[in-house]
Amino acid sequence: MEQQTGTFELKKGLAQMLKGGVIMDVVNAEHAKIAEEAGAVAVMALERVPADIRADGGVARMSDPGLIEEIMEAVSIPVMAKVRIGHFVEAQILESLGVDYVDESEVLTPADEAHHINKHDFKIPFVCGCRNLGEALRRIGEGAAMIRTKGEAGTGDVVEAVRHARSVLGEIRRLQNLPDEELMAFSKEIQAPYALVKETKELGRLPVVNFAAGGLATPADAALMMQLGVDGVFVGSGIFKSGDPAKRATAIVKATTHFNNPKILAEVSRNLGEPMVGRQVTDIPKEDLIAQRGW
Amino acid sequence: MKIGVLALQGDFAEHLAVLSRLGASAREVRLPEDLQGLDGLIIPGGESTTIGKLATDYKLIEPLREFGKTKPIWGTCAGAIFLSKDARRDQPLLGLMDITVARNAFGRQVESFIADLDISVLKDSDKSNPPLRAVFIRAPLIEKVSGNAKALVMLPDGRIVAAEEGTLLATSFHPELTRDDRFHRYFLKKVEKK
Repeated sequence: MEQQTGTFELKKGLAQMLKGGVIMDVVNAEHAKIAEEAGAVAVMALERVPADIRADGGVARMSDPGLIEEIMEAVSIPVMAKVRIGHFVEAQILESLGVDYVDESEVLTPADEAHHINKHDFKIPFVCGCRNLGEALRRIGEGAAMIRTKGEAGTGDVVEAVRHARSVLGEIRRLQNLPDEELMAFSKEIQAPYALVKETKELGRLPVVNFAAGGLATPADAALMMQLGVDGVFVGSGIFKSGDPAKRATAIVKATTHFNNPKILAEVSRNLGEPMVGRQVTDIPKEDLIAQRGW
Repeated sequence: MKIGVLALQGDFAEHLAVLSRLGASAREVRLPEDLQGLDGLIIPGGESTTIGKLATDYKLIEPLREFGKTKPIWGTCAGAIFLSKDARRDQPLLGLMDITVARNAFGRQVESFIADLDISVLKDSDKSNPPLRAVFIRAPLIEKVSGNAKALVMLPDGRIVAAEEGTLLATSFHPELTRDDRFHRYFLKKVEKK
């Protein structure tokens, strides 16, 4: 039978199926089941949530393949896993495991300070972080089939997620008002491939699905990002570092669907127990900010 | 004529875009009251466990079952699973169609594929009826059709990827991800006839 696999359309297509959903960080099979039960559209399998990576310090790497496989066994929804920026061998390992999506993530310690992975080389899709439109389009140029705004992972402070989403979406709005003859100068200014700049202008949105990430901790945070115009949300430490993960996870799923319905948002925000202990981004020394990793 | 697209989660915006290209009036459905005044409903692709949970929590299961008794519903991928009687797994289903589906029947994302399908059965006004470039993403398979349900479209090896039961339609692939709108037009005709 004449069949194509691993095409960009298929990579991008899976992300389209995740739209309007919540992707949750999980560190073991038990968490993964709680996430699936709560209505997560996918889980991110990792050894430590970003808040712990931040607290522990040291080098953060790809998780143990055994742990990832255990999580893949435990749930029926897609499983994502992280590799270090530029570490294409970690990505080859994850591809061989058959994970559904690879996150080339700034949350882990970068392996290359100049180059990201050539994601076109792989049959499995990649998601990458960005802070602005230029960074998003550079990653898509390298083959990313999904984008997430970075925010500041492991803080529980949504301010950076808002900054990055406003930056990407605002630049797209600005781009749409430019005449075509100004697109080359705009591409040069934001350091992005011209063809993708042109496509983004025509579509009036990023050419791939765009989720928000980094610092979301409450149902209201998720709805805020959805109202700003992202396609879905990642929640990392916010769920399993809170007092009642199952309840909070369910509430965030509901808030992401009913993001425009304040009555439902009020109802799901009630009695959620302790949120994760946050850390204000402005209290973190500049050199410790995770979001600045990525080139 | 007004079409609803279940917007709990998934690629509902892609369906709405095709409907709008075809000039059909459509709106998002998230709560039972959103079903009022609709003549047909599309359940999009997404994660069937998420859609099922949200439909249960917001008391949509019974209203959707009632809706499907008299009005056309079309489910793509997760939507097809949700319409089925049996997904061989414990999860909320509408049970409107007499079909058994197997989730992720082709494997994980690496096995997702694009295949050309013969859809001449749709008898489109377009006489040439070229094959449909069908996108399968972690797709389900319709393992069995029984009762009044019948197989509509098959892979070249005979496995069923689209089924029909009266005004209900299920496809394991995603016509909404392509520029080919023959399935959407087929569904709109079903709604018109009703």
